[in-house]
Amino acid sequence: MKHRLKNCFTAVVTVSVVSLLAFGLAVTGCKKKSANPFPDSNAIASWEKTSETRTFAAKDLWQYIDGDAEQYISAGVVSTSTSDYKYQGQLEAVVDVYTMSDAAGAGKILDAGKTREAAVVQVGDAGISYGQSIVFRKGASLVRIVAYESTPGAPQALLALAHGVEARL
Amino acid sequence: MNNRRDFLKGAATGAVLLGSQSKLGLAAAVAGHADAGKSKVVVAKDAALHNAGGQLDDKRVIELLDRAIASYTGHNHPVESWKHLVPTDKVIGLKVNGLGGKGISTHLALVLAVCERLQQAGVKPGNIIVWDRNARDIEACGLTINTDPSKIRVFGSDVSGYEDQKATWGTASIKLSKILTRECAMVIGLPILKDHSGAGVTFAMKNMYGVVDRPQDLHDGGCNPGVADLNCIPTVREKVRFTIGDAMSSVYNGGPGFRPEHLWQPNTLIVGEDRVAVDHTAWQMIEKKRAEVGMASLEDSKRPPRYIATAADAAHNLGTNDPSRIHLMEV
Repeated sequence: MKHRLKNCFTAVVTVSVVSLLAFGLAVTGCKKKSANPFPDSNAIASWEKTSETRTFAAKDLWQYIDGDAEQYISAGVVSTSTSDYKYQGQLEAVVDVYTMSDAAGAGKILDAGKTREAAVVQVGDAGISYGQSIVFRKGASLVRIVAYESTPGAPQALLALAHGVEARL
Repeated sequence: MNNRRDFLKGAATGAVLLGSQSKLGLAAAVAGHADAGKSKVVVAKDAALHNAGGQLDDKRVIELLDRAIASYTGHNHPVESWKHLVPTDKVIGLKVNGLGGKGISTHLALVLAVCERLQQAGVKPGNIIVWDRNARDIEACGLTINTDPSKIRVFGSDVSGYEDQKATWGTASIKLSKILTRECAMVIGLPILKDHSGAGVTFAMKNMYGVVDRPQDLHDGGCNPGVADLNCIPTVREKVRFTIGDAMSSVYNGGPGFRPEHLWQPNTLIVGEDRVAVDHTAWQMIEKKRAEVGMASLEDSKRPPRYIATAADAAHNLGTNDPSRIHLMEV
């Protein structure tokens, strides 16, 4: 009887430890998946985060980009987050982070947006710049950063912000 | 610019109130000016609309608007023109389009110019509603939410809500914004011209996706026949009676979002009552620009705006896409 109880206790402890480990892994994994890719104000020099982050599930993406949602959905978008930024209190920009189901989906969108004017930039796994905008992918994430104005310093400022986002993905 | 905004502010608070006259019927207003049986579309352009810094010149915007409306109505005096366009004793809605965000939304300068002329024609400030889907889209146009009925009202369908009862025509079965159904006697569309990854082009008719609760349900088949069906819903067809299309800036590829790499400045307003003819004209502008930059046509890109032809067919009969039946005035 005593031996049976001891075995039972051992089994319960073992199950509990395994459960806790599994929970811990799950939490860690969850944290990594939902990590905030948006740099705080001044985490990147002179960039201020000027809005709350808004997140849209795939089924609600139309609320943000209407008909443009279709191409992201067909490429396997899972969710989209967006936030506004301002550089040196003047240059306004928006950062969109599309979390795709896999890297191929992110690549598909990146390739679809490429034209001959695109310049390759070293950010993430692959990236392009048009001066006033940068698009890059890293893993299953696709990031689009767009400035609302064209200024001489915009390309470098956007690239710095892009690296800031990349580091958080 | 400041003077005009001050004026608008004054007008909005009721300091400027001109006599109210009611005129109904756009067809009557333009009859005799358009070639018989043709749909009139005015394309008004000012190459110097943007200054060297790329900013819109507000004064030139209102002058361009006056030129467009005068050409359309045949009345040289701007205020008289407007009196022939709108019922001045009714609520007039201005449906803007802010979906593309700050970079490519209906320009504030145009909204202000229309509001100014409406008030000068005798429309009370509180009888003007500038609206779109929600606060975010409205703010993208540079506007501030206001529901005070003594001033020009600016709010979205997120405030008004949608009808409980669905309206249906063909494939379109949607709930309409109460701003359209309950507030406005007449709506003037103020869309902004954009390329559209699904529909090909978004302008006058596609702008109506912003008046329904679930526009995503109308996107199948490149929005065809969704756009045409939606515009056939009686409330949309009857109340949305005029378009002052903003083609001052546009994106010729990558839309409907803001793609600065494909931004261009046609510096143009496209004005008309026939929404199909207006869209057809706008489509040709986009195609011309794409050809200029060596880009494939929308047809070759497998996304021509087929909904335009559908809207013109006998079943929909919303207007004409036949160039021989469009009286195009370039001014």
